[in-house]
Amino acid sequence: MSANAFWQIAIELLLAGAISVPFGRYLAHVFQEQKTLFDPVLNPVDRLIYRLIGRDAVKEGMDWKGYAVHMLLTNLLMGLLIYVILSFQAHLPWNPLKFPDVQPFLAFNTAASFVTNTNWQNYGGESTLSLFSQMAAITFPMFISAATGLVMAIAFFRALTPNRDKGPILGNFYHDFVRVLTRVFLLPCLFITPILVWQGSPETLTGMVTSHLIQGGVQHIPLGPVADLEVIKHLGTNGGGFFNANSAHPFENPTPLSNVIETLLMMVGPMALVVAFGRIVGNPKLARVIYTVMASMLVVAVFTAVIAEQRGTPLLAHAGLMQHASAGQMGGNMVGKEVRFGITQSALFDTVSTASATGAVNSMLDSYTPAGGMVSLVQMMLNCVFGGQGVGMLNFLMYGIFAVFIAGLMVGRTPEFLGKKIEKREIVLASLALLVHPLIILVPTAWSLMAPYGVSSLGNAGSHGLSEVLYAFTSAAANNGSAFAGLNGDTPWYNVALAVVILVGRYASIIFMLALGGSLAAKPRVLETVGTLKTDTALFGGFWFATIIVVGALTFFPGLVLGPIAEFYAHHASIGAIR
Amino acid sequence: MFGLGYPLLEIGINQLTFPGPANGSLVRQDGRIVGSRLIEQRFRGGRWFHGRPSAVHMDPRSSGASNLGPLSRRLARHLAMRRNRLLAHHPTLAGQRLPADMITSSGSGLDPDITPANAYLQARWVARKRGLPLASVRRLVARHERRPWLGLFGQARVNVLALNLGLQRLANHNRDDGMGH
Repeated sequence: MSANAFWQIAIELLLAGAISVPFGRYLAHVFQEQKTLFDPVLNPVDRLIYRLIGRDAVKEGMDWKGYAVHMLLTNLLMGLLIYVILSFQAHLPWNPLKFPDVQPFLAFNTAASFVTNTNWQNYGGESTLSLFSQMAAITFPMFISAATGLVMAIAFFRALTPNRDKGPILGNFYHDFVRVLTRVFLLPCLFITPILVWQGSPETLTGMVTSHLIQGGVQHIPLGPVADLEVIKHLGTNGGGFFNANSAHPFENPTPLSNVIETLLMMVGPMALVVAFGRIVGNPKLARVIYTVMASMLVVAVFTAVIAEQRGTPLLAHAGLMQHASAGQMGGNMVGKEVRFGITQSALFDTVSTASATGAVNSMLDSYTPAGGMVSLVQMMLNCVFGGQGVGMLNFLMYGIFAVFIAGLMVGRTPEFLGKKIEKREIVLASLALLVHPLIILVPTAWSLMAPYGVSSLGNAGSHGLSEVLYAFTSAAANNGSAFAGLNGDTPWYNVALAVVILVGRYASIIFMLALGGSLAAKPRVLETVGTLKTDTALFGGFWFATIIVVGALTFFPGLVLGPIAEFYAHHASIGAIR
Repeated sequence: MFGLGYPLLEIGINQLTFPGPANGSLVRQDGRIVGSRLIEQRFRGGRWFHGRPSAVHMDPRSSGASNLGPLSRRLARHLAMRRNRLLAHHPTLAGQRLPADMITSSGSGLDPDITPANAYLQARWVARKRGLPLASVRRLVARHERRPWLGLFGQARVNVLALNLGLQRLANHNRDDGMGH
């Protein structure tokens, strides 16, 4: 790896880490109802919203069931709203290109996808959606779904707070929800959007302009409110693009600077949440252990992907392309990548994006080398390399509860986590939360590969085709939204199957996790003694990491062998053949 | 508030502060829109610099990539076809390795840039076809070369539309000079 690539990666990751610490403290302040700098401006806004919802509704304390029910109701309402807007967009304002109503299957898939922070897209934005739909049915749910994930995590953290006197009460969903929306998401969006516009991202109500080209002919260029969508797309780890090409599109991501900003936006939220966790549960040392494990996985992933893409492929070498960086060109695998990003900014962006469950791409993963593409697939399978807003951290804690249990058995001590006894109910709930994930990936993948309507959508043959399907369901289950885009997902089977996987992947695991939180909240705190298994040590961090890898590997290894690993060896065999 | 208020507010602010980029970075010539500097357009023939191949025929109404896998036979065929077409016009390239971006299609299908190596390679035949001194075309490329951000992030690149507009001005200028003598 060149020094240039190394420094680009190192500086960006360190910068994200540096921002995540104060941002995490700010998150903790917001949730512990402490004063923040922005209260004088935002308090009146919050009060206005509270008045609209009803003041009593935001005061009532909720246990885990109340919290879950109100979350589900809000999300259901939002999902219906998206579905209705998409289904009637021809009759709604700001439809300059006169797009017809979105078909029911696709509207269902899109509603499920956007309300759950997945942002899987079976449509191309510029060829399907009106500007009104882009704002009200895409940008709006991006705020809602990100805030949903985050408040779920916070509710869970509260169950582990020391010196609790509230019994099973976790907080008020609406109160938390509004504070997250205004303080964590809206505020940064307001300031960052103009930077992206300055770099070249359009922000207009004009739907399209026609240009008369230098050599004759015309080109129709769709425009719209792109920049504002772009900021919440990354900050909220959403990932759904205004255009089909997502962040590879020059309007979504015009320059290397905009690329760095978008990369940082994806990372800081999930990273900051770990810091906030430490403060809320009163154990910063444990947060440091978690942060270190997550960061190590991310660093390995990023370097693997960048190195793999920079090495290029035998097919490209055979086609007579330069494969090494030299003066004025980058070498490597440039299929599906943009010149302004080159190899490093492309592979870094996509890897960070699948780690944080954003799913945005600035280069096409389907055309990545087998190792480069597998990095993204594995991160989604583990689903806790920082992970999406809120849920990534929750997944990581589920693995932690497992690790505590296993370690407890090994050394013969009662498993405890943050002063709470881990018993049968907790283990059952944590297992369910974690087992949903492989179940809804592997079963539909196998089904699709055996059914003619599943196989007919493949964009590539052989093991790469298998990877496409495996990738699609992994992405849906992980609420990631990233795609091996060669697969045609806009068929009745994939629209419905993916939507169902998305919904189960989101709500089943969140409910199991909340139930677990509720059960922990109701338990008395046991005093720490010399016999307590310490979780905030490097040793336990290593054990935690091993648990994640062993559980993940055992579950998904067969799928990986048939897909990217088989392709990797075929790829190397073909090097021999060409030589 | 989040669905309409925020976008509309941003549209208002940015239309005032950054009218150029907020409206798509359009390039005008004699009052007519000739393209966007961020969106690739097709150039044909040896008298112009060419952008990268596009999987969507450079149509911004349906951006996207080929999404062909790293071992795909179709990808191999596409690459061979593009290389052969290039060799047919420029036989001196035979046996030479090409810059990584030259015959690979981009992620968006609308990549407005090419690498400097690609531009300098094309400068050879563009200068010859137009009867311009190679040195002045190379200077033109150098003037349009954009460095990575802060000299580190991203890649050095040349915007094809800006380069070709510069080329047009250079050619007009040379012709005017010629007529003056």
